[in-house]
Amino acid sequence: MATEVLMPALSPTMEEGTLAKWLVKEGDTVSSGDIMAEIETDKATMEFEAVDEGIMGKILIAEGTEGVKVNTPIAILVEEGEDADAAASSASAPAESSAPAEAPAPAPETSSAPVPAVASVPAEDPEIPEGTEMKKTTVREALRDAMAEEMRREGAVYLMGEEVAEYQGAYKISQGLLDEFGAKRVIDTPITEHGFAGIAVGSAMGGLKPIVEFMTFNFAMQAMDQIINSAAKTLYMSGGQMGCPIVFRGPNGAAARVAAQHSQDYAAWFMQVPGLKVAMPYSAADAKGLLKSAIRDPNPVIFLENEILYGRSFDVPVMDDFTVPFGKARIWREGTDVTIVSFGIGMTYALQAADKLAEDGISAEVVDLRTLRPMDTDTVIRSVMKTNRCVTVEEGWPQGSVGGYISAVLMQQAFDYLDAPVINCTGKDVPMPYAENLEKLALVTTDEVIAAVKQVTYR
Amino acid sequence: MATRRSTKKTPAKSNVSKEELLEYYREMLLIRRFEEKAGQLYGMGLIGGFCHLYIGQEAVVVGLEAAAKDGDKRVTSYRDHAHMLACGMDPNGVMAELTGREGGYSRGKGGSMHMFSKEKHFYGGHGIVAAQVPLGAGLAFADKYKGNDNVTFVYFGDGAANQGQVYETYNMAELWDLPVVFVIENNQYAMGTAVKRSTKSPSLWERGAAYGIPGEEVDGMDVMAVKAAGEKAVAHCRAGKGPYILEVMTYRYRGHSMSDPAKYRTREEVQKMREERDAIEHVREILLQGKHATEDDLKGIDKEIKAVVNESAEFAKDSPLPAVDQLYTDIYAAEIPQEA
Ligand SMILES: Cc1ncc(C[n+]2csc(CCOP(=O)(O)OP(=O)(O)O)c2C)c(N)n1
Ligand SMILES: [Mg+2]
Repeated sequence: MATEVLMPALSPTMEEGTLAKWLVKEGDTVSSGDIMAEIETDKATMEFEAVDEGIMGKILIAEGTEGVKVNTPIAILVEEGEDADAAASSASAPAESSAPAEAPAPAPETSSAPVPAVASVPAEDPEIPEGTEMKKTTVREALRDAMAEEMRREGAVYLMGEEVAEYQGAYKISQGLLDEFGAKRVIDTPITEHGFAGIAVGSAMGGLKPIVEFMTFNFAMQAMDQIINSAAKTLYMSGGQMGCPIVFRGPNGAAARVAAQHSQDYAAWFMQVPGLKVAMPYSAADAKGLLKSAIRDPNPVIFLENEILYGRSFDVPVMDDFTVPFGKARIWREGTDVTIVSFGIGMTYALQAADKLAEDGISAEVVDLRTLRPMDTDTVIRSVMKTNRCVTVEEGWPQGSVGGYISAVLMQQAFDYLDAPVINCTGKDVPMPYAENLEKLALVTTDEVIAAVKQVTYR
Repeated sequence: MATRRSTKKTPAKSNVSKEELLEYYREMLLIRRFEEKAGQLYGMGLIGGFCHLYIGQEAVVVGLEAAAKDGDKRVTSYRDHAHMLACGMDPNGVMAELTGREGGYSRGKGGSMHMFSKEKHFYGGHGIVAAQVPLGAGLAFADKYKGNDNVTFVYFGDGAANQGQVYETYNMAELWDLPVVFVIENNQYAMGTAVKRSTKSPSLWERGAAYGIPGEEVDGMDVMAVKAAGEKAVAHCRAGKGPYILEVMTYRYRGHSMSDPAKYRTREEVQKMREERDAIEHVREILLQGKHATEDDLKGIDKEIKAVVNESAEFAKDSPLPAVDQLYTDIYAAEIPQEA
């Protein structure tokens, strides 16, 4: 019986890929475990192994084809003596090719990682002079560029973490850095977060400027003591003598279907700590500009990235030394009826909601906090004085959230300007479930933001 | 106190009968076919997130389970499908958890990395590297506290073996004579990091000596050698002599998880292992050469296992998604749990 070979999903966030190379040709016998093809994703080139045994009957997708969607038939395996063309027409490869009706969509990530076509054009960014040339850059490249530029600028800056050097980063953020800066400055560590975070903090006290990559921030929990008790508090405890210029960075928050222990947003946790600075960029330009500022900062900085944003492209200014200061929010979209405050990946929901609300005649102003500590509450207050209503958006849990803090600030400093209670749109108050439908429900959604805006605007 | 060091390598093969050998063959094959199927379902988008396959390492868990008795406990990392199959959990329930369905062991809420079975004394399925090590010692602590003779098997990787909490645990486990077997599954890589790039220790089991814990290196591609070493370790624990370390040398054929391009090793290295050291092939040869089974017998087993695995895949596809009200259940326990 003929079997269709389908374009495989090779990572939690893959939706399509390039069929780079066939390693078998029609007529070849393949057995399970044989490498059939090389497939390129945005992160890597992967070898694709055969699961079934058979003879390569027909190659349906030629090598070099780009943008092959996951689950597209790419070849047909036949049995001895079977005719490939005849098989091709009949090969529906029963259970293998079509998911049952209630099955999740083939690329489950699309659901948890909505890639909205954000029509909103950001309002002028005061950091970027008018007429500056812009280059489409992914967040991934922007982060790498920021580290490379700062490492060129200052010899004391080095990068340390799991798989950052030879593997080029678990999420390929440090691609090329080992080549350029060598093993002295791009250092692979064993899996020992508490230990290497402490060593990095000590090296900062000793005059270096470490960038510590946590493979994800979930693993920074192992290192929490060194981050809080050593990095954040030493300047104070030493009466100002002992600084700790260090950046702890890595992906934070939910990726896609990686379940409770790998899907937590720590923004609100770190934001609570005096002595730490906390950045959580949304766009590639902010990722670059803020990371450069973070590396130069004489304080410990928590730099929260997001795996789903890594592959997204934004305009990044082509400038010799583009930095974004901490403590300055950015107004992405001006509006008059409501202020939507967000940061990091929450901005995708905020902007998408603003676009949809515009269709209903509701004008939303969207504020990207960019850094959570220091937090630019002045910009939020000024916006609320104009719109009189506020909705906050984040992926983290509701109790003790960033939005909860903003609500408190608004109540204390802009109470008379509020025409409705502030609503906090957050992730649900549960550990992240794995199941596709439950994960979708656990995350904050654009529809929830829209509903909250309608509620505060009494529509 | 126990010997500082025992001799390297387990020399003697344990006395394994023909029936037992056939059983190990069957169990190892079940794991391999199950994992291949899981890889396939992942490629189709039916399984999401991370999915860490055990292909190549089958003899480790099958050999150690052969040394366990009823009541013994086990706990491991995210690379956990095989441990569940080997301790008798239902392939349907495991596969349905991989697809995130109601019929899964965690009713779809845990996924590939997080499954549990109190009935089979399987305590997970943990996603944070090395977190299971103190947990396993804690399970052993509970057994010692209660005064029974159960032993806990804690499985962790060569990469995990560098985490600080492992050594804090070693110290207390020996100090308090906890009945725990520390099983280091040394598959030679932690993601893309070869062991020699993460430590200059010549061996991982010998680190136990600093705490007074005996141990040994075991050939993890030989299920009988693993079983023999497991029996020795378990006897040590049951005799009240405290923990024991087994560093089981093995190899994973696939990438770290589905999205690992595995550029840190050559195709030849993997091919060589597969061709020369495959644990399933090894048992197959012994069975055939010793005339314990015919080609036809083994084909029959193969067929049976394919049927079991296919059924688990069908079950995992047909099982419904969890009901939406499951989102808010299981966050707090309503009652104090009673020991099963
Ligand atoms: C504390 C922590 N750090 C990092 C990770 C990411 N990570 C997951 S598996 C892994 C490699 C572990 O290798 P090893 O212990 O040898 O086990 P194997 O995967 O080989 O079974 C890493 C770095 C994690 N899950 N937890
Ligand atoms: Mg390993």
